[in-house]
Amino acid sequence: MKIIVCMKQVPAAATASIDPLTKTIVRTGRNAVTNPFDLYALQTALDIKSGVGGSVTAITMGIPAAQKVLQDAISRGADDGAILSDRAFAGADTLATSYALSLGINKLGGADLIVCGKMAVDGDTAQIGPELAQHLGISHVSDVSEILEMAPDHLVVRRVWDDVEQELYLPLPALITVAKGQNLPQLPTIPGMLRGRAAQIPTFTAEDLQADIARCGLKGSPTQVVRTFTPPVRGEAQTIDGNEAQQAGQLVQIIREVLHGAD
Amino acid sequence: MERIKKGALWVFCEVQENQLLPVGLQLLGRAKTLAEESNRPLYAVVLGKISKDSVKLLHASGAHEVICSVGSAFDEKLEQPYADSLIRLSEQFEPDILLVGATPFGRAFAPRVAAALGTGLTADCTELSIDAESGLLLQTRPAFGGNMMATIRTATSRPQMATVRPGVLPLPEPMEVSDREPITIEDDGQIGLVKLLKETAISRGADISQSKIIVAAGRGIGQKKNLKLVQALADKLGGQVGASRPLVDMGFCPYSSQIGQTGYSVAPDLLICCGISGAVQHLAGIGGAKTVIAINTDPKAPIFAVADYKIVGDCVSVLEHLLKALDEN
Repeated sequence: MKIIVCMKQVPAAATASIDPLTKTIVRTGRNAVTNPFDLYALQTALDIKSGVGGSVTAITMGIPAAQKVLQDAISRGADDGAILSDRAFAGADTLATSYALSLGINKLGGADLIVCGKMAVDGDTAQIGPELAQHLGISHVSDVSEILEMAPDHLVVRRVWDDVEQELYLPLPALITVAKGQNLPQLPTIPGMLRGRAAQIPTFTAEDLQADIARCGLKGSPTQVVRTFTPPVRGEAQTIDGNEAQQAGQLVQIIREVLHGAD
Repeated sequence: MERIKKGALWVFCEVQENQLLPVGLQLLGRAKTLAEESNRPLYAVVLGKISKDSVKLLHASGAHEVICSVGSAFDEKLEQPYADSLIRLSEQFEPDILLVGATPFGRAFAPRVAAALGTGLTADCTELSIDAESGLLLQTRPAFGGNMMATIRTATSRPQMATVRPGVLPLPEPMEVSDREPITIEDDGQIGLVKLLKETAISRGADISQSKIIVAAGRGIGQKKNLKLVQALADKLGGQVGASRPLVDMGFCPYSSQIGQTGYSVAPDLLICCGISGAVQHLAGIGGAKTVIAINTDPKAPIFAVADYKIVGDCVSVLEHLLKALDEN
């Protein structure tokens, strides 16, 4: 089975803190990591490969340095990678990104299965997977939490949505987005890391993909950010003093007022 | 069919177990104002059959017309048949705005519609308004992990599409309306290639994202057994237990209770944070909370910056005293 995993480089949030004046994330700059959800996607792809055989290719779109996520993927077991990188792709929203990814996947000769993380932690849209499936004209299932059955021509998957759980038969080719927590992503191995470093990762430009420039990057993005602002800040928290019994008493009052006010 | 005007404002209303989900009504409530401000007709769009009462509720919530697309493809909630139908309807009737509740299902199928129509889709908005000058829909959503808000517009492609987070807009007060027939459209669309083998309702209760009262625990709770206190307080207040990511990662709490960037966003009336320090990723998930009470031993914990009330102290001990005080009241 030919499997392609879509991955994204995101700013590392674990080291992020809030600037007390501007209330924005302090970006340390040096830290960029693989989107954590994509590691679950990669692991799902690797599990399927070890079940039914085939290959796992990681693909990303980004600045040249983003090929680090592909090296990361290879070090964790992916066979190879490809990066879409071109100034023309910069500033893409989900429509333009998914368009470019669809061309990249076609350039790689298509896939039986495409696996995406549920979402990227920097954008939080969860839209790339479904939009990509639509561009490619294939079925998709979002939020897959478990692969119940795998075969060269189909998968049976489980997903959990709020208060309903579905088991779905999914003929291939198809795309799935993978929820967190369905597997434990493997750590890179040392031979894997060496392979990742040595890997020849092809770069595809807009021209290589014969992309319609009007559909790429900022130009091809129908959504425009008109302004960003800091959400209204709460006033200073009121401290509840006293011994624990007194604090508990005050809490009871506060809870009562809040619940009464909410009715 | 001539009742359906082009350039209208559409609200997709999701049905679950023959019931309209509240988010569709919340959207209609806000869309009613948007429609008035921009002089557009407002349509509720439902895929699949709904009851007379539901149709009436949609009218009472502000819909000028209820478009009901019926066909066997909508019996099962799957991405492709729903997306395909909305694509066909949009191509035929050219809505100017299409709003969808940001439920897991909405977020799974709406992107297909946007991609097929070549239009923009703004995910998980928390506020909508109309730009007085251009008449465009202004879509506001948290960005960069919730520390910033971004206002986004779709200038040239149509429809202007957004998914909107459940629970952030109020339910509209139903208006007095007389019974009116929906506009029923027969849809012979196919179900697609994905087959539903089995569907099970999960009896884990309402999702944490919808909960009005949440008692959330973080690492400061210490041992797993102390979670019993958190659960007891949640039970007493009629709320649910939430957790920070470390507790979920340690296996103390299920993922369904995880609050934050990689878990659920919550917007309760009351949030009691017990031993949560308030990492950026956690704070990203609680921006919608109305009243926040935080208990933590570290007076410098970032959680206090977003709290309305703070107690510097051991949450386990405070919880024990609070439970006792509630018993006595």
